[in-house]
Amino acid sequence: MSVAATTPRFKDNVHDALHDQRLQGALPHARNFISRRADAVARLPEFDALRDSARAIKDHTLAHLDLYLEAYERKVAEAGGHVHYARDSAEAIAVILGICKAHDAKVVTKGKSMISEEIGLNAALESEGIAAVETDLGEYVIQLRGEAPSHIIAPAIHVTRDDIEADFRRVHRDLAADRDLSRPEQLLSEARAILRDRFLAADVGLTGANFLVAETGTSIIVTNEGNGDLTQTLPKVHVVLASIEKLTPTLNDVAQILRVLARSATGQDMSVYTTLSTGPRRVGDPDGPEEYHVVLLDNGRSATLGGPFDEMLRCIRCGACMNHCPVYHAVGGHAYGWVYPGPMGAVLTPLLIGVAEGGHLPNASTFCGRCEAVCPMRIPLPNLMRTWREREFERRLTPPLTRAALRLWAFFAKRPALYRLAVEPAMRGLALIGRRRGRFAWLPFGGGWTRGRDFPAPQGATFQSRWRARSGATQ
Amino acid sequence: MSARDEIFATIRRSLKVGPVDAPRREAVAARLAQASAGIRPQRGQGEAAERIATFRFEAERVQATVAEVVAAADVPAEIARYLSDNNLSATLRFGDDPRLAEMPWPATALEIARGPSEGHDLNAVSAAFAAVAETGTLALVSGADNPTTLNFLPDNHFVVVFAADVVGDYESVFAKLRATYGAGVLPRTVNFITGPSRSADIEQTLLLGAHGPRRLHIVVVNG
Repeated sequence: MSVAATTPRFKDNVHDALHDQRLQGALPHARNFISRRADAVARLPEFDALRDSARAIKDHTLAHLDLYLEAYERKVAEAGGHVHYARDSAEAIAVILGICKAHDAKVVTKGKSMISEEIGLNAALESEGIAAVETDLGEYVIQLRGEAPSHIIAPAIHVTRDDIEADFRRVHRDLAADRDLSRPEQLLSEARAILRDRFLAADVGLTGANFLVAETGTSIIVTNEGNGDLTQTLPKVHVVLASIEKLTPTLNDVAQILRVLARSATGQDMSVYTTLSTGPRRVGDPDGPEEYHVVLLDNGRSATLGGPFDEMLRCIRCGACMNHCPVYHAVGGHAYGWVYPGPMGAVLTPLLIGVAEGGHLPNASTFCGRCEAVCPMRIPLPNLMRTWREREFERRLTPPLTRAALRLWAFFAKRPALYRLAVEPAMRGLALIGRRRGRFAWLPFGGGWTRGRDFPAPQGATFQSRWRARSGATQ
Repeated sequence: MSARDEIFATIRRSLKVGPVDAPRREAVAARLAQASAGIRPQRGQGEAAERIATFRFEAERVQATVAEVVAAADVPAEIARYLSDNNLSATLRFGDDPRLAEMPWPATALEIARGPSEGHDLNAVSAAFAAVAETGTLALVSGADNPTTLNFLPDNHFVVVFAADVVGDYESVFAKLRATYGAGVLPRTVNFITGPSRSADIEQTLLLGAHGPRRLHIVVVNG
């Protein structure tokens, strides 16, 4: 792990996020994704069948990952590229620094890469005197602010237009102080002009990869801005940084997954730029990089295969789970405290930084199930979070009071008669006390709930008693 | 043990397999050789005229503009018209593609430049390798004929699509690539382009022309 996690302080982070007026003003933008995805899905009758197809492709690939990696590295070499393996963040950084130093690189432009966040690449480059320039507009904005992404596909979703204007005025000091930046278009034009110079000046361009294709030795990026393409086309060296589970057998397999990727992510049928890169420029090519390197990061993924969390390796980083998550909508991405937020982050973070550090996150779910319902790769996210909770409990990482409460609940839950005896009078009592207003503004032991919202008063009967009455009636 | 060897060893231990496992190797080799297609959405399929209509509808849906001309010789006039109608400079850059080079550019008043872009061109034209009906997507390949920099650096990108190259789905583009370059071989860059460059990073507001072209004008040659 290279990036310091604030995940162990998750509860404090949540408290701060809920009381951050500026953040709470920005977060509703994340909900726009919901209707856009729904519209895109409605236009494609084959969508659910494609999800099944995408899932099967990834399951097959992961079950044969060693062999697809062999085929892939052979093809990259045939095309004149180089494949480097990195067991962990430190090794990946060492490889990238080695490539940069071999070319005496001063400026590295970057397309959007979550793996580069995972390994903390920017800080490592800067400490060696190499300028790392984020070129995705959202990534550029948060780099100016010294922040981490708060969303895996919309990294600056927590930032308002006013914030961006203030940041640009603070950093772009060479430009006229009285320039008009009141419209979003003007902010975009300014960033475009400034980054255009950086693209042309860069020595090395680094991108991530949405897919690595074994059939052809190709890396594929999917973007909307075109920044990834300028990043990888203009400098002499193109470095691709990707984790090993990005392998996909064939181009036709990629087509299946592409059809669910953008629709699930932004609600586009297809992102603007889907770019296939294979090796360096060819004889006679007038542009493109002269060297092509792929750095393949493991960081614990190989050990995840075949285990209880291996379905997480199907994840294609579309962000649909966080776009539909009520917890994410309430607290934003930074509260999760590390690189990956939302439901996918709640499952992935403990895998990558350990359950002791990341164990809070699987608890940050109401198990409403929306994440699983929209996941294009059909990853059972609530189940995986539940598995983490069990692990946390088994390893005694759960706080003593919670453990005691769970034990008390378990004692009754295992004795149905006793459970009914305890619960039914309590529900009748609460119904009686709450019958006038129909809700409680405060409840003993329920302060955490009632601080933010009322608790609806029970109506007297319990689910079990009503179920008994119902089955009695139908028999 | 090298990083590579250790990662492979861990993968095989996790999957409970050995390095020499004939049935697994055969399964992988067969899949790579066959590269069979999966589900292809109905909406891109159909006869040539239908595919072109779908392509046009989908491309316009993502803020590209589309014009259809009868013959290749009509392309320069169409591009000159577009530039003039939008008050854009009468300049244009393109690569060595003979299909473009043979067009009657002198008949227009356009100032023509050739070769890759250095980053200061306003307008460029490329010829597409293929176009995909299902999402209004263009496929362009790198090389001297159509330099990749022309797809991204200019403000306004024109792409010429020959009607015979409009296919239904991405799989058909991959089949055409295999037929052109050989199985398992690709040019340095294949660009699938669906509409002009955009960003929604400022408060989820859709803005065109983030880093790539602000405008994408597609000219379909029907003849």
